[in-house]
Amino acid sequence: MAGIVGYGVHVPFYRIKVEDIAKVWGEDAEAIKTGLNIHEKSVPGRDEDAATIAVEAARRAVHHAGIKSSEVGAVYVGSESHPYAVKPTATVVIESIDASDHVMAADLEFACKAGTAGVQMVMGLVDSGMIKYGMSIGSDTSQGRPGDALEYTASAGGAAFIIGREKKEVIANILKTVSYTSDTPDFWRREGAMFPTHSGRFTGEPGYFKHITAATKLMFETTGFGPADFTYAVFHQPNGKFPVVVAKQLGFSDKQIKPGLLTPIIGNTYSGASMIGLAATLDIARPGDRILLTSFGSGAGSDSFVMEVTDNIEAKRKRAVKVSDIIGSNKVYIDYATYLKDKDFIKGR
Amino acid sequence: MEKPSAGLWRKIKSRYNLVGSTCSKCGSNYFPPRIVCRKCGRESKMEDRKFNGNGEVVSFTTIRVPPDTFKDEAPYIVGVVRLEEGPMVEGHIIENSRPIDIGTKVRTTFRKMYVDGEEGLIYYHYKFEPV
Repeated sequence: MAGIVGYGVHVPFYRIKVEDIAKVWGEDAEAIKTGLNIHEKSVPGRDEDAATIAVEAARRAVHHAGIKSSEVGAVYVGSESHPYAVKPTATVVIESIDASDHVMAADLEFACKAGTAGVQMVMGLVDSGMIKYGMSIGSDTSQGRPGDALEYTASAGGAAFIIGREKKEVIANILKTVSYTSDTPDFWRREGAMFPTHSGRFTGEPGYFKHITAATKLMFETTGFGPADFTYAVFHQPNGKFPVVVAKQLGFSDKQIKPGLLTPIIGNTYSGASMIGLAATLDIARPGDRILLTSFGSGAGSDSFVMEVTDNIEAKRKRAVKVSDIIGSNKVYIDYATYLKDKDFIKGR
Repeated sequence: MEKPSAGLWRKIKSRYNLVGSTCSKCGSNYFPPRIVCRKCGRESKMEDRKFNGNGEVVSFTTIRVPPDTFKDEAPYIVGVVRLEEGPMVEGHIIENSRPIDIGTKVRTTFRKMYVDGEEGLIYYHYKFEPV
């Protein structure tokens, strides 16, 4: 049975506070902080992009897994901010982790859930015996139009997961995965467009809530599990409010989702969001814990996973760089003018 | 668009993964890689060696008048780092919240070094970061 053998996370150390954005646009920072449940977001450095974030996460994942990178047989990178329109981010990752050239690789895009789609792909390759290990990465430097509501949340970060099936190596078995997908125009970005467009409130009910709920309920039906059977649950987190609401609707408690709810302090890392939440949850999970993960990508779809933590997690923990250490220390706050410069939003220079 | 891609391609191993060289005859390490050992000369036996990326700052300076390539990056810090394996390596040092001084421990991190205009290649490279 395929399972997680290692994971790694990277989140840039720059932060901008809601107050600094709201001040520029004459908006009520407290109302936004309360309404979206967000306080600050990560911002990539001028020298960071989805590829550099993917590489940092991938290197940490290989170290945590304790495997030879030459044994990774597939690398998929999910992002909606791949640095090139044509030239794979995955090849940069492969070279930077010193993987073999005999590796399957591709870039994926499915808004915020391309990374979990990649996990499903490598699960199939691992379970079929085609590869020993596969890596899927969700990494983004997401875009929010200045003055748009997305500007408060669109942030940067990524996570890499290595999937394998050797019993002595797996830290969490993936018992089941299901998806729910439909053609829903809630959020999009056309080729060459600098910023995405969204359908305002339409992104909520027909998009996020419908798909997360449908995938999670399908998981309940196919496994027989209910909310009480899980120690933790992680949902995609475009803001700090939606995952809290959907968790409650599905019967989960705040305690179950708390370890994996990071958007309030790092923003929405898009393809990285639910995967970083899972990594933070695994950082504190104990053998026997059962974890539900349901991602969401606009356009739209959700991937749901049920995982069960194994005894191996304790032995590997000393090699993990904890999410709390990555996001909780070493922060550098920037003001809005610096944010505009670093995001290359200033024209006429 | 200014630069051909072959130059980037040839140096990827060094720039991404800090791959230098070592002389298996005397154990001397080099970065960037050399094809002849300074000590052993024609007797040298050179092999690739990937360094672990950890080291300490030997010297550094802040660049305030940069070349055009880095005009939007200034001010930024470049320095010389002595790797744990011995070689002295020049590179950019990222300013996180930790102070930078002579003796500061650093690690390598993977960053964009240079973007060739609107349509050219992106040049990825190691940089150093205080730990």
